[in-house]
Amino acid sequence: MERHIRVLVAKPGLDGHDRGAKVVARALRDAGFEVIYTGLRQTPEQITEAALQEDVNVVALSLLSGAHNTLFPKVVNMVRGKGMNDVLVIGGGVIPDADIPGLKEAGVAAVFTPGTPTASIIDFIKANVK
Amino acid sequence: MDIAAELLAGSRLALSRAITAVENEYDEATAIMQQLYPHTGQAYVIGVTGPPGAGKSTLTDKLVKVYRRQGKTVGIIAVDPTSPFSGGAILGDRIRMNELTLDEGVFIRSMGTRGSLGGLSRKTADVVKIMDAAGKDVIFVETVGVGQSEVDIVKAADTTVVVLVPGLGDDIQAIKAGILEIGDVFAINKADREGAERLKAELNMMLDLDQAKSAWRPSIRQTVANAGQGIEELVATIDEHAAFLGTSGELVRRRTARARNELIALIEEQISHRILKDIAASGQLDALAAALAERREDPYAIVKRLLAAYLR
Amino acid sequence: MANESLQAKMAAYTAKVEKAAAKNPERQNLVPNRLYTPLDLEAFDYERDLGFPGEYPFTRGVQPTMYRGRFWTMRQYAGFATAEESNKRYRYLLEQGQTGLSCAFDLPTQIGYDSDDPIAEGEIGKVGVAIDTLKDMEILFDQIDLGKVSTSMTINAPAAVLLAMYIAVAEKQGVSADKLNGTIQNDILKEYAARGTYIFPPKPSMRLITNIFEYCSKNVPQWNTISISGYHIREAGSTAAQEIAFTIADGIAYVDAAIKAGLNVDDFAGRLSFFWNAHNNVLEEVAKFRASRRVWAKVMKERFGAQSPKSWMLRVHTQTAGSMLTAQQPDNNIVRVALQTAAAVLGGTQSLHTNSRDEALALPTEDSVRIALRTQQIVAYESGLADVVDPLGGSYYVEALTDKIEKECWEYIKKIDELGGAPAAIEKGYIQREIQESAYRWQMEVENKQRVIVGVNQFQIKEKPAEGLLRVDASVGEFQKSKLAKVKAERDGAAVQAKLAALETACGDEHQNLMPFILNAVKTYASLGEICGVMRKVFGEYEAHVSL
Repeated sequence: MERHIRVLVAKPGLDGHDRGAKVVARALRDAGFEVIYTGLRQTPEQITEAALQEDVNVVALSLLSGAHNTLFPKVVNMVRGKGMNDVLVIGGGVIPDADIPGLKEAGVAAVFTPGTPTASIIDFIKANVK
Repeated sequence: MDIAAELLAGSRLALSRAITAVENEYDEATAIMQQLYPHTGQAYVIGVTGPPGAGKSTLTDKLVKVYRRQGKTVGIIAVDPTSPFSGGAILGDRIRMNELTLDEGVFIRSMGTRGSLGGLSRKTADVVKIMDAAGKDVIFVETVGVGQSEVDIVKAADTTVVVLVPGLGDDIQAIKAGILEIGDVFAINKADREGAERLKAELNMMLDLDQAKSAWRPSIRQTVANAGQGIEELVATIDEHAAFLGTSGELVRRRTARARNELIALIEEQISHRILKDIAASGQLDALAAALAERREDPYAIVKRLLAAYLR
Repeated sequence: MANESLQAKMAAYTAKVEKAAAKNPERQNLVPNRLYTPLDLEAFDYERDLGFPGEYPFTRGVQPTMYRGRFWTMRQYAGFATAEESNKRYRYLLEQGQTGLSCAFDLPTQIGYDSDDPIAEGEIGKVGVAIDTLKDMEILFDQIDLGKVSTSMTINAPAAVLLAMYIAVAEKQGVSADKLNGTIQNDILKEYAARGTYIFPPKPSMRLITNIFEYCSKNVPQWNTISISGYHIREAGSTAAQEIAFTIADGIAYVDAAIKAGLNVDDFAGRLSFFWNAHNNVLEEVAKFRASRRVWAKVMKERFGAQSPKSWMLRVHTQTAGSMLTAQQPDNNIVRVALQTAAAVLGGTQSLHTNSRDEALALPTEDSVRIALRTQQIVAYESGLADVVDPLGGSYYVEALTDKIEKECWEYIKKIDELGGAPAAIEKGYIQREIQESAYRWQMEVENKQRVIVGVNQFQIKEKPAEGLLRVDASVGEFQKSKLAKVKAERDGAAVQAKLAALETACGDEHQNLMPFILNAVKTYASLGEICGVMRKVFGEYEAHVSL
């Protein structure tokens, strides 16, 4: 049985900076993952529903506007609320170190800040997807 | 969880997991399909194909909205190419259907081709059945759109819509290369662009030359999908084709042919799986390969022996 | 036959260098591994290619004096939380010697939503100041004389609304519109291609832009009606040549649209301005600035037949590259910004924002912003870089690089023309794909260490988490919502409805200039969300073209 890791790369919130999301999407594709990209301005509801329909292993959120403390936990809660208990929710963007413990507490599996090589994200996913 | 039972009871998560099980060929996949099979055969399947940049996803999005207004539930399968190098894929068709995401009457699933060449994934037909069993009235299958060899859609769909756009430069080449034969309905999208009328005329001419083989003369509709123009008319034409299939008996013929193809594929798959899995696990496969490389055996004799052993 | 002798010597030199380079293969990607000589400038013609500052083709700068009369405008982009907070920051910056204001708006404002819209959740006041109604704008510029200060507003899709609010505030201060100085970004094409804060589809968006051109040419004549921006294209990952090429292609589209709308090119072209990125590679950036002026001058003179020299000038505001700041060892960013500042000044910018060291982590603190401003002041007053006009003009390398970037730029413009112009190229995803390719290549070079980023992929240290970052309080959202509710309760509801209805009718008539209708609505305290809502209803919303 072949292993196909599926990742939803999503941009919650209103910021239009998708350079990081697109670079990560491509790097994940080149690492052999199936990547679903849904574009800008996705609400937590839309992200959750897309994750459900696509049965992804990972939801990767990218946000640079500073709204992460509101939106990341909301996505985690909604994803869990739909019964996707084994789905990994990870996040990236301009996120101060001080916010990371709170986000992890809220169920975000990992937070990747600027300067992270895409290889670290790939390794994390490979190591943590069940 | 009992995926099939939950799916039949209406769980969207179970529907999603069932698709994964089949796509990844999990052990339980056959059992799931077997449970779902009696509940299939209800949905109408519409294939959407055409060259890249033709606007297939946007057009699908608009068509779906028309069916939703009619109260029908819809499943969408959007296929994108898998990279032959990495095995990965970027599945981006959902982007143009974001407004449908929160509609409970719609279920969208993106699939990578995973090595299949005919514009669909090898498991697309099974995923159609799963959505069918989940009660979707209409199922859209959107092909990869890499070009000319997307003939698989004909086998999977009741009505195949070929989407073309004026001004791609290679219109006629594409038509010659086989798209003509697979379309039941043609949509000339982005018809506000220059060259739409000319493309329509050329297409008409070629369809006239090609008319002998069927009682259905494919129709051509012009659309501007992102402005919502021509969509109702296109749906009406699809419905006309569906009605034609019904009254002419062609639907039964198509579905019988499809069932036959699927049965053949299933036999091939199951037999090869059963034998290959076994001899690979036991190490027999490597041993036989070594024997062949040294010309100690011949492959024809090996296969004969294996078949005799396994198909008793 | 001086050249033959030079060629022979160059060949000998190259052979020597190649031998040495073979010993250090890891340095190969880092330097243009060669020496520039007169051989690289064989076709160079001083008067044709450079000319004099303030003269066609403006390679050496748009003013004859260039920094002699005065330095560039030091303009720090700022704004966060509420109008009250931002007003304090603006007044602090003016006290510190800043010479122009630059307003950052939060994302709901940039996308035309009020603070009480559910979609604004978590975003209020985060990346800039939240503006819902004229009331917020009055607070934002409280005690700031709009007749004296020049204000740049980073606003695009709803630019007409914010400009109208600015005009209305000025009127309340007793300052007439013809005295107003400033810039609105108003560049929707790069929003589609790179920055993402679009609202309406291209056609009505282009109409709004040309409406502003026309309105301002009559009523707000000193206002820069658009800042055609390469900055965000570069931030999205483009190369230097792509930055100016795609932006000039956008510029061509705006000029085309205005001419098509019946405007005379010389009536508006002098108010067009540009916005460049000052990136890490100093000399490449200098060459980029120089090349961009030369290309634009040729475009305006030869392609559009503009007669006025003012129409040929590419005037530019610059910001240092935010995406080049690192979260690792953030104080190193001060040095990066200083070098980027040098590049912008050597390149002849008219105006500059310097980024703060902590921006890869959060919005900048007051201390960080002051250091950033001081960086400009040190370059201006101490470095001597501004003493001479275009000091790098005539450098073999810089001239060759200027030519090379110009050539690449023309190739892109030609390609985009073939695709039907910038809007068509964006619709086809061409420009986005080119940018993404460059961004991905950059990232892979960093990951393979072909490109060293100090503190990120080399020279790392173990660091403590950064302290003292600016935090926007979550209560900002609630405060902003209650302020909006109060304004809505106190205003004349019937007047609001009447002006919104008039706007809606005007939106449906292509021949109407929408600016007066928007101005009327704004004055009744109709909110940004209500005004954009009316336009959304008539115009619809843009659906992004994404291709990966």
